[in-house]
Amino acid sequence: MSDHIASPKLYVGIFLALMVGTALTVFAAYKDLGPWNIVVALAIATFKATLVVLFFMHAKYSPKRTHLVIICAVFWLGIMLALTLTDYHTRHDFSFLRSPATTVTRSV
Amino acid sequence: MHRTGELYGQFETLEQQKDTAQLGMWIFLVTEVLFFGGMFLTYTINRHAFSAAFGIGGNTLDLRLGGLNTVILIMSSLTMAMAVWAAQVGKKKRVTGFLIATLILGGAFLGVKAIEYKQKYDHHLIPGSTFNVTYCVNNPSSCGLAGKQLEDERREIEEAIKAEENENPGSGLIALNAHAQLYFSLYFAMTGLHALHMVIGAGLLLWLIAQSFGGRFGPGYNTPVEVTGLYWHFVDIVWIYLFPLLYLIDRHN
Amino acid sequence: MPKVHYLNASYGLKSWLLTTDHKRIALLYLASVTFFFFIGGLFATMIRIHLLTPGGFLVSPETYNKLFTMHGVTMVFFFLIPSIPAIIGNFLIPIMIGAKDLAFPKLNLLSWYIYIIGGCFVLYSFSTGGLDTGWTFYTPLSSIYSNSAVTPAVIGVFINGFSSILTGLNFLVTIHTMRAPGMTWFRLPLFVWAHYATSIIFVLGTPVIAITLLLAGLERMFHLGFFNPAMGGDPILFQHLFWFYSHPAVYIMILPAMGVISEIIPTFARRPIFGYSFIAGSSIAIAVIGFLVWAHHMFLTGESVYAALAFSLMSYLVAIPSAVKVFNWTSTLYKGSISYDTPMLYALGFIGLFLVGGLTGLFLACLGLDIHLHDTYFVVAHFHYIMVGGAVMGYVGGLHFWWPKITGRMYPEFLARIAAVVLFVGFNLTFFPQFVLGYLGMPRRYHSYPPEFQALNVMSTAGASILALGYLLPMVYLVWSLKYGAIAGPNPWPATGLEWKTASPPPTENFDVTPVVDWEPYDFEHRPDLALEPGIGGLLPAHGDD
Repeated sequence: MSDHIASPKLYVGIFLALMVGTALTVFAAYKDLGPWNIVVALAIATFKATLVVLFFMHAKYSPKRTHLVIICAVFWLGIMLALTLTDYHTRHDFSFLRSPATTVTRSV
Repeated sequence: MHRTGELYGQFETLEQQKDTAQLGMWIFLVTEVLFFGGMFLTYTINRHAFSAAFGIGGNTLDLRLGGLNTVILIMSSLTMAMAVWAAQVGKKKRVTGFLIATLILGGAFLGVKAIEYKQKYDHHLIPGSTFNVTYCVNNPSSCGLAGKQLEDERREIEEAIKAEENENPGSGLIALNAHAQLYFSLYFAMTGLHALHMVIGAGLLLWLIAQSFGGRFGPGYNTPVEVTGLYWHFVDIVWIYLFPLLYLIDRHN
Repeated sequence: MPKVHYLNASYGLKSWLLTTDHKRIALLYLASVTFFFFIGGLFATMIRIHLLTPGGFLVSPETYNKLFTMHGVTMVFFFLIPSIPAIIGNFLIPIMIGAKDLAFPKLNLLSWYIYIIGGCFVLYSFSTGGLDTGWTFYTPLSSIYSNSAVTPAVIGVFINGFSSILTGLNFLVTIHTMRAPGMTWFRLPLFVWAHYATSIIFVLGTPVIAITLLLAGLERMFHLGFFNPAMGGDPILFQHLFWFYSHPAVYIMILPAMGVISEIIPTFARRPIFGYSFIAGSSIAIAVIGFLVWAHHMFLTGESVYAALAFSLMSYLVAIPSAVKVFNWTSTLYKGSISYDTPMLYALGFIGLFLVGGLTGLFLACLGLDIHLHDTYFVVAHFHYIMVGGAVMGYVGGLHFWWPKITGRMYPEFLARIAAVVLFVGFNLTFFPQFVLGYLGMPRRYHSYPPEFQALNVMSTAGASILALGYLLPMVYLVWSLKYGAIAGPNPWPATGLEWKTASPPPTENFDVTPVVDWEPYDFEHRPDLALEPGIGGLLPAHGDD
């Protein structure tokens, strides 16, 4: 077997980084950053998730095929979120085309 | 297909078998990403539409319990990674130890989750006919609310009702209750499915632990430990997103 | 015929129900998928009989709603989606790449059981009040207002999804890690490429329908509001999630059929396939672009006009890889020495019908035109040209092409050719009038219609009865051939794939020795073993042009 064996020290380091990230995300949540609150929260979460994937899940030492699989997952999730949100984001842009009776009343 | 030792009949070498198992698990995790993704999309759109109600919902959650669970789960990821390491370097007794630690931490997570669910039940926050988002401000003693905390929550709910009145004149409270139910429906669906994944993971751990007693997992053969580890870490990642999205929506007010 | 093969290697019910042999599992699927095909066909027959007169005379309007719903659910989820992948793909992919089995044989068996359990839930729903939501399960009709047995049906389709996921996962991993020495990516048969693309959709799309149906099911059971406008939920979100899977699901049906056609055409034109890498690449392109077009099903349901424009444009893009395939198939035929054996008849039928289905799809992708054609019989005709004219023609053609490999025996060629022609004629007579009906404005899913539409509806029903005959004929002679068919030998056509190098039927482990591949795909020129001797052997004696 040609496994890459990471050292326990590295794992503990990652664990500590994840703890710091958790503290940071709670800390940031109590600051009023306006629309940036959610951005910061998701950025920290994504950073933490990346650490887990790269080190705990050994993606850093895995074959390219594994990287491709991960990229596909993120890409397709992106397609689903982005294209659906396109609809929600622009539902009112063309509201002049609709009769008032069918205008969507949700505040989106 | 008959098997020879640890090698299943359809494979030529152990290496190929391990490659295959790992790729299989990674692809399975892709399906999980899309599975949870559908719920995250539903969450995003509803949170955007009803931010006041979602803020209130998020603030009823117990941040200490949620934070504790985050710590527990990340710790369990560490012990899981260590179990894989122990197998790779051939410390067979430690494999069992780390797996048991992971199982205990997973159990603790589920225990804390159960406490939180019970709390929501007591506070009338289970979606359905008994749902009442103002239950705690109206019965502060039964929710343990008092002083500034009570004031804050009352003010928050009044503001939210006012915000809902803009869209639904005359029925702000009804609208708030409907929209807060959406939050809690999503809360229970998302954390419930996450917990279900934890239970499945715990089952896998039990199976691994049973086998590890015989010293089955070592440098030569550790695929099941490694693959279960991938799954366990993924469940951890889901929680890493759920925690800020559910608990930290509107804490700064 | 070999003495010992996968069919007689072991005996008894247990040896079938607990088998992990991909070939036996394929046959388990064949039996159960055929069963569901008949259930779905029964509903279709009742619909067509009902529509013989303008008022409809067979069933009540409520029952009519149930009939077309149950027809759709059965055919889409329990026939079309598993048909080619789980039967022909399951049987052939390991053999085509020179492996002993799929990567996860037990998972393969599990996915059949999941399919059966899902099917039982759906049959339970059908037999206890039926289902009237349309196969699309649109909320809030499905989650609140419908009085039919929606919950078990939703559970059944949800469960069935995991069968697809496991099959797709198994194929992807198998194609990645189980290829025989020398079987490089660009030596893979195009059938395998098509299944690789299909599996991408299985794995990336199916989980989304699973979570969507789960949320809709929870909404119905616990009166939640995810998609209920009365509680603030958005029904259009359900449609987004639903079509994120269900549009790519159309490619789950058609891509494997395209794979079958790509195998049949070079074999019966005796030429290497034209543009191998383009056909392989276009399969992947269809799988990817197929995920970018879903909201063209929602042009008129309240999505933003901007999004509709974007989705309309992207829908046109799918035409490119589809056209690449059609051009390459026709180029393969050019100057080929073509023989019209049964599989080839299906392949040629496929090209024509798929062309009509695909082009009318472009009409529907056009925003302005869709306002007129939306929810009319034009749509019904369009997707039946793709699903029946395309996917089912590919499926039946593939069954004939590989029948000698699966059973070791030939089917009666003359009868089979007649059946292929009957199927083609019956199909067109059934569905072409529906294009006209839709264009004239007859809405789909209505139990009655104005009298001026009767002539076209009668034509359609008449066609449906011919179509039914076209399906029954193969059922009879294929079963007959199991006992009385001529012995096929390992390579009756002869064709180039690895599957034709092993015995018919193959041994349990597919090959006695792991094969080593040192030839290019579809290379008829440099394979003296495949040369046709004039007058004998080679293509079947019944055809007259070699």
